Amino acid sequence: MFDPNLLFEQFFNGLQLGLLLFLLAAGLTLVFGIMDMMNLAHGSLYMLGAYVAAQITLWTGSFLLGVAVSLPVILLLGVCLEAGLLRPLYARGHLDQVLATFGMILFFNEFVRLVWGPEGIEVPLPDFLKGNIVIFDIPLPNYRLVVISVGLLVALMMYLLVTRTRTGMLIRAGASNRDMVQALGIDINRVFTLVFGIGAALAALAGALAGPILAVTIGMGENILIQVLVVIVIGGIGSIRGAFVGAMLIGIIDILGRSFLDTFFKLFLPVNAAETAGPAVASMLIYILMAAVLFFKPQGLFPAKTG
Amino acid sequence: MNEIVLEVNGLCKSFGGVLATDHLDLGVEQGSIHAVIGPNGAGKTTLINQLSGLLSSDDGKIQFNRSDITNLSAPARAKMGLARTFQITSVFGEFTALENVSLAVQAHDGHSFKFWHDARGDKFLTEPALEALTIVGLEERQSIKASLMSHGERRQLEIAMALATKPKMLLLDEPMAGMGPEESNRMVSILSQLKGKVTILLIEHDMGAVFSLADKITVLVYGGGIATGTPDQIRANPVVRSAYLGDEDLES
Amino acid sequence: MGNRAQIIIVGTIFVGLGLVPLFAELTQTPFYLDLARRMMILAIGALSLNLIMGYGGLISFGHAAYIGIGAYVVGICAEHELVSGFIQWPLAIIVSGLFAIIFGLISLRTRGVYFIMITLALAQMMYFLGVSLDRYGGDDGLPLIERSNFGAVVDITNNVTLYFIVLGALVLSLLFCKRLINSRFGMVLQGTRSNETRMKTIGFPTLRYQLTAFVIAGMMAGFAGALLANHTDFINPDMMHWTRSGDLIIMVLLGGMGSLAGPVVGALAFILLEELLSGVTEYWQLIFGPFLILVVLFARGGLLGFFANKEQRDE
Repeated sequence: MFDPNLLFEQFFNGLQLGLLLFLLAAGLTLVFGIMDMMNLAHGSLYMLGAYVAAQITLWTGSFLLGVAVSLPVILLLGVCLEAGLLRPLYARGHLDQVLATFGMILFFNEFVRLVWGPEGIEVPLPDFLKGNIVIFDIPLPNYRLVVISVGLLVALMMYLLVTRTRTGMLIRAGASNRDMVQALGIDINRVFTLVFGIGAALAALAGALAGPILAVTIGMGENILIQVLVVIVIGGIGSIRGAFVGAMLIGIIDILGRSFLDTFFKLFLPVNAAETAGPAVASMLIYILMAAVLFFKPQGLFPAKTG
Repeated sequence: MNEIVLEVNGLCKSFGGVLATDHLDLGVEQGSIHAVIGPNGAGKTTLINQLSGLLSSDDGKIQFNRSDITNLSAPARAKMGLARTFQITSVFGEFTALENVSLAVQAHDGHSFKFWHDARGDKFLTEPALEALTIVGLEERQSIKASLMSHGERRQLEIAMALATKPKMLLLDEPMAGMGPEESNRMVSILSQLKGKVTILLIEHDMGAVFSLADKITVLVYGGGIATGTPDQIRANPVVRSAYLGDEDLES
Repeated sequence: MGNRAQIIIVGTIFVGLGLVPLFAELTQTPFYLDLARRMMILAIGALSLNLIMGYGGLISFGHAAYIGIGAYVVGICAEHELVSGFIQWPLAIIVSGLFAIIFGLISLRTRGVYFIMITLALAQMMYFLGVSLDRYGGDDGLPLIERSNFGAVVDITNNVTLYFIVLGALVLSLLFCKRLINSRFGMVLQGTRSNETRMKTIGFPTLRYQLTAFVIAGMMAGFAGALLANHTDFINPDMMHWTRSGDLIIMVLLGGMGSLAGPVVGALAFILLEELLSGVTEYWQLIFGPFLILVVLFARGGLLGFFANKEQRDE
């Protein structure tokens, strides 16, 4: 009933999605944890990263250049946004932050539509990244492995940054107890800008990488943002480890659920019911998972906050 | 000897490596005022938080009127008649004084799933509320929004809210914090009027007030009780003198 | 609180709303009837959100889901030939209430940022559910076969009749909210928003009151959904999209949070802004976005708050 080849392939697909989600979740969970700020516009940074990378690729013919340029551009944009628009919002409540960043989403979506039109961009894959490699007789697209490798590399770098460097220690302290860090006399604003900048760069990277595989369109940010939020809730706000575990869980379960749930249902349900229930439940799967985790651990799997 | 209303046995609480409450024993007699004093950081607020149910203890037992309340939630303890005030004033800023106290009355009235009738016109709420406000001397200020009241008035309001729940026992966390001499005197007279009618556990820094009001005093240092006794006994206790009172000459 | 100013503004709005059908008839532009009717339905939705957000302090980013649920109940009933409004509408309210209980139990164990995200995620889950239900239109939506039938009592297939039913519903909703906020229950809700720890130490187990408010708000939104289905003659998963929830939050903010009639003013302002701006340029959200940010940063208290403050300053 379950084709092992398909299972293997979809597992890798899930891994890929999971790592993309991790790139987005890692930055966002720190913003939530350290700045206690509801930043809904994170998805817009992802979208802009994708568009910038795509445009550079189309102009220069080099995908690598596209990715490389989008990172500093979006990083700069993120830092400017943080210093200019978002800083006055830290002191305000979550409602204000939600509304202001919602306003930013509207603006950026429309801005993209103005500049690039409503159609979206197709990003062609460079030749050296096309093709498959064959593992266990199963062809896996090269690009997928590239994304997975980059994602794991970033995860490793984040781990080293957060656990081995002094900056990382500051970040962890800030996520755990922001007031304490301030009381120690550290300029918390610089920590905030740094954190936001890292988040923006990661979002841009995710967007640039996602370009060739998911669609570069308006609203792509919002679509993935919801899944990122689920990852953060499950992983625990402020925790990069949680973001990683949560992202892998969500990525794999979502993809496998969509591929195999109706087959699974057919084992004990009549075919018609299975074919309706399958896709319906598959689309709800990650939320059901979220509800289940919250039931036992309302603060997520690895909550960072102690103060 | 009077009945023990609140009995604490071997209470322990740690935060990380810090022992905030160290095997504390305490017994408060009916109708008395039992003061808890100690230097800053001795764990006094932590103690009240455990007694009122906002903080769970690591070990030990808390008994209220002979029932074990160690694992009972804060609202449940309040319903049993254990009321508290906060060190940092905690009232409802947007509500008037009367509304603040009415809410406290409502909590113990038990009927809050009423969706239709105007609560502000409900005599069952406003009359007892006004009574409590009068005891603390705030009846003239009943229609003033709490956020517009002076600091001292808000401390009085806190007492009124605690009283409105017709409590069997009051846990008062530094009621005189931040008060000038006139306001402090008013507070002392309010509390001395309550003696005999309500059992009170009083945490305070104002030594003058403590020694004039308290029937019994427990001295808390680093989370543990180093001495318990009448004001005279405590004043004379050499361990207490060196740990806390220093060389101050204490007059009653 | 600038009560007098509030009453005047709201009174004027309702008089205006009452005259819209006449105006639309005289100018032969049924478009205005449509627009005003939509505004009133959204106002009911915003009123229900204000209960939990303005008075309860719970920022729910998934409130539009309940509107969608109410609409789908009506649509699905009609699909199965259950067209009596006397059954559909109460059913819409009950079903939204049931979802609100479940979602409330999940969400209310959390606070702050978590709460916002969970309500967002749960609502989006409903959106995806709607999209995946091919039997009921899926992504394309479900046309309403026939409007809710109330027999001889009233015929809402007539657009003007439906208009006045909606107007009446809005007035009733406003009165309901007024009584609820000033009742004992309402006081508990407001106290919990103001200082939850204090409420617990007075003796209120706050969760049950918040959950009740959540369910009441959900049911009211479900009712708005039933009206919406009849208004558009079409039910669409887009009604439950999280950006619709964002619209509701904007309406509550624009009108003034925690003021009774604020949501009505906010809904009106929102609809008018939308119409005006989209008339100016196709890229109106380019202006609306920053406008929203400016309102958040500078106009606390929304429009009603602005007028109320003015009156206080003049006193």
